[in-house]
Amino acid sequence: MALDSKTEARKFKIVGTRPLRPDGIDKVTGRARFGADMSAPGMLVGLILRSPHPHARIRSIDTTRAESMEGVHAVVTRADFPAFVEDEALADVLDNCMAGEKALYDGHAVAAVAATSGAVARAALKLIEVEYELLAHVTDVDEAMRPDAPALHEDRADETVPAGMSDNVMARHEFGHGDIDAGFAKADRVLERGYRTEATHQGYIEPHACLATFGSDGQADLWCCTQGHYMVRNTCAAILGMEQGRLRVTASEIGGGFGGKTTVFLEPVALMLSKKAGRPVKMVMGRAEVFRATGPTASSSIDVRIGMAKDGRITAGFAELRYQGGAYPGSPVDMGSMSAFAPYDLEHVKTVGWDVVTNRPKQAAYRAPGAPMAAFAVESAIDELARELGLDPLEVRLKNAAREGTRASYGPTFPAIGLEATLRKAKDHPHWSAPLGPNQGRGVACGFWFNFGGDTCVSLNITPDGTVTVSEGNPDIGGSRASMSMMAAEELGIPYEKVRTIIADTGALGQNDVTDGSRVTFAVGLATIEAARAAKREMCKRAARIWEIEEDAVVWEDGAARPAGPNAGKHPPMSLAEIAAVATNTGGPIAGHCEVNAEGAGVSFATHMVDTEVDPETGAVKILRYTVFQDAGKAVHPAYVEGQFQGGAVQGIGWALNEEYIYGEDGRLQNAGFLDYRIPVASDLPMIDTVILEIPNPGHPYGVRGVGETSIVPPLAAVANAVSHAAGVRLTHLPISPPRLLAAIGAK
Amino acid sequence: MHYVSPTTTDEAVRILSSAPGACRIVAGGTDLLVQMRSGMPEADTLLDIKRIGGLREIARDDGGWRIGAAVSGAELGEHAELVGEWPGVVEAVNLIGSTQIQGRATMAGNLCNASPAADSVPALVAANAVVRVVGPEGVRDVPVLDIPAGPGKTTLKRGEFVSSIYLPAKTGQSGDAYLRFIPRTEMDIAVVGCAVWLAFDAAGTCTEARVALGAVGPKVILAEEAARALVGTRIDEPALDALVAACSAAARPIADKRGTVAFRTHVAGVLARRAALIAKNRAGGAA
Repeated sequence: MALDSKTEARKFKIVGTRPLRPDGIDKVTGRARFGADMSAPGMLVGLILRSPHPHARIRSIDTTRAESMEGVHAVVTRADFPAFVEDEALADVLDNCMAGEKALYDGHAVAAVAATSGAVARAALKLIEVEYELLAHVTDVDEAMRPDAPALHEDRADETVPAGMSDNVMARHEFGHGDIDAGFAKADRVLERGYRTEATHQGYIEPHACLATFGSDGQADLWCCTQGHYMVRNTCAAILGMEQGRLRVTASEIGGGFGGKTTVFLEPVALMLSKKAGRPVKMVMGRAEVFRATGPTASSSIDVRIGMAKDGRITAGFAELRYQGGAYPGSPVDMGSMSAFAPYDLEHVKTVGWDVVTNRPKQAAYRAPGAPMAAFAVESAIDELARELGLDPLEVRLKNAAREGTRASYGPTFPAIGLEATLRKAKDHPHWSAPLGPNQGRGVACGFWFNFGGDTCVSLNITPDGTVTVSEGNPDIGGSRASMSMMAAEELGIPYEKVRTIIADTGALGQNDVTDGSRVTFAVGLATIEAARAAKREMCKRAARIWEIEEDAVVWEDGAARPAGPNAGKHPPMSLAEIAAVATNTGGPIAGHCEVNAEGAGVSFATHMVDTEVDPETGAVKILRYTVFQDAGKAVHPAYVEGQFQGGAVQGIGWALNEEYIYGEDGRLQNAGFLDYRIPVASDLPMIDTVILEIPNPGHPYGVRGVGETSIVPPLAAVANAVSHAAGVRLTHLPISPPRLLAAIGAK
Repeated sequence: MHYVSPTTTDEAVRILSSAPGACRIVAGGTDLLVQMRSGMPEADTLLDIKRIGGLREIARDDGGWRIGAAVSGAELGEHAELVGEWPGVVEAVNLIGSTQIQGRATMAGNLCNASPAADSVPALVAANAVVRVVGPEGVRDVPVLDIPAGPGKTTLKRGEFVSSIYLPAKTGQSGDAYLRFIPRTEMDIAVVGCAVWLAFDAAGTCTEARVALGAVGPKVILAEEAARALVGTRIDEPALDALVAACSAAARPIADKRGTVAFRTHVAGVLARRAALIAKNRAGGAA
């Protein structure tokens, strides 16, 4: 282990076990309060009027008839919001929440009402008269890049974009090192191929919902379903032109987010409606609104060129990636460009990414944003090359695998990482050697994700009876309350059942970054451990005071303060509960806290293996077997870790096989519902098998790495590789829906 | 909006004929309630037929089965004798929605919702089922094929509703089957559906056949050319090839978010071949 490692060699008592999840009973009994479960006296119902046009100039909006309707308390349009928001990204968020000069996509919000009932609000929406000037639209990424394509914005491209390109090209990103031409010259075989992926939605079960109250004193409260209520506070405050401290945001229980709840859609509108109406306003999206107006991920068009020597060594890799991220800049093409070749140790590598806008809803983060499409392209190409050269696809990846000390394709040098371990485990697994039948194929692929740390606060309080409460500021989307309680219990040496972790509101803690970047178990875990250590130091101090010895003569072991050695005197150990019981006489209440910008998140790698069967007469694909091999650093609660592996794999399978945003010629979304936006159902899939590897992250006291996102990176390519082998034809366009696969089989 | 639940067909017909505004029939409500929530039909009166005598019964009638319009899919699936005689019809109904939906959804509702993709309708057409319609002018019996008029439209007149569906007596060596194509394994709508009913003589030659296609036209298609391809054969490979060609020729699909014209045309034939083999097998000794 590296000398600068923060990870301690230790025997865990609680970390690594599988205690009951603290939110389980609430969720199965219905006691858990989700976004739409909040209510307040005098509450109004808020609804949004949405553009039916994919691209239109808003000439005028007449709200007088709606406003005069009985039961209507407020109508809001863009004119009610501040005319100028300084931060460009936040100005885009406002424009996405409430259209300004133009409606930029089918479903774009143009007005909102607050009324005494849903029926009144619906009737009022019909009385709002919007005069549109229809404009030509574009929804396809490659079409949007043509110089003559209809332009959404003017003069918004950043300085990286060469002159003469379409106004829809917002930015160019480039990463890499070496000389790819020299690398390709050394190759025995060079493969060039284009790939496409369609936009997919995060598909969380719980629609967006919030309840806003805006007092006449300028103080506001907001309850909402979000992955980051501090982000909601800061964003809404900026958009509404108010001080952050005047707005308190409380996060509800959350029914899924997967990145899609790392921004705001309803919240600023609800606050503005409440401010105008002088009453609480509740807003809940319907499913069609979720599909039409919240963030799916980007669709992509990617060209890959890879050179390989006969022995499987990759001599050079190049990829040009074009992502459309909807109507505003900020598609995750930068992360796609950084992650495309990250699993490999390459001498010559280059990626170029183009950020493109189209008349589609503004993309939002989706689990490892940008990486799955890039991995689909690169891992498909590697698979095809390996097959052409008669090489084992796992051996080829092992031969090129990034290791400790590898200079990553996006710049940094990797510390201890687990890619090679996942590949070796995959090669030794019985799945790899299991026989396949007719029309069946096996695919493998690797994936990488950066992971993140960021601003984090934890307050750990010890009650007079010796129980412990941990307050953190990150909504629990993947089991973090259990993980924090486990890490606090581990550190304090007390049973898991003695700790309860809650998600505090924005008034209770300092700034916390959003629950994203697989950061919470790492960063909040680190802060929880530090907070527990601070509490232990304080408890040792109290024991020292009682024993009348020096503070540094007391140590904390097995859940109790003890004299450090024989010279410290013969004092029986004082447990946490015993110290807590007399705290008022030894200096007052005891707590520990930690505020940190956590660094050292530790990247994560995975290898996935999947068997598929193709019906050559219909193009139907069946997933027969699926195994995930991923490095977790240290699995705090292995059941949750397995759940993250399985969930990412399943979302990736959906992306690979059937999920897609389908736009008609009219620029309207055709499948804004779960019937025709096909996420896999339980009967579509086998149990997803998981293998957890633990290569400790040197940046965390227990070795934890984030695990939530990496698992969605390999499955697109793994499934496409498996289907390509089963069908005998290479599939380069996702999703591999039955009509697309049948056409490919017919064309071979 | 008014909700009424009469106990006789006469009362139901009277309300249906005289209620002001739009009156909609509720049996299971699994289509209607979803449509109402999405704001599609404006209903002034909801007429629940579940309390009308006999409408929740499955009864022997002249050797066949009379199935009340409010009988749920789950009730059909649990009726062993019915399943034994008309497995294709029951499996088609049981494919609709989920276990929960099956507890409420009805075959008559599936027919009257008039979706071109309705699963039970091709199976009922292949089975030569007859619909009993009651209305202001009395009772009339109508072949299933004549009920759908196009997407969302039926040939029922104002004041009329379906009270039962009759499945004829099973003849000696006969069998039916229904297959649909969906991209998933459940909770989906047919991209193509195909039902086949076959009868055989003692020598194993097909004497009668009915082939029906769903989701490849504005309403269910009775593919008579496809049936002719099978009659007089032992459902051997040449007959199946002719069936496939005839079904693909009979299909008149549109391209939409669920499938292309080429896909639906091709898969109509694929499903017909597979369904015919199942029906043949179910017909027993004929195989």
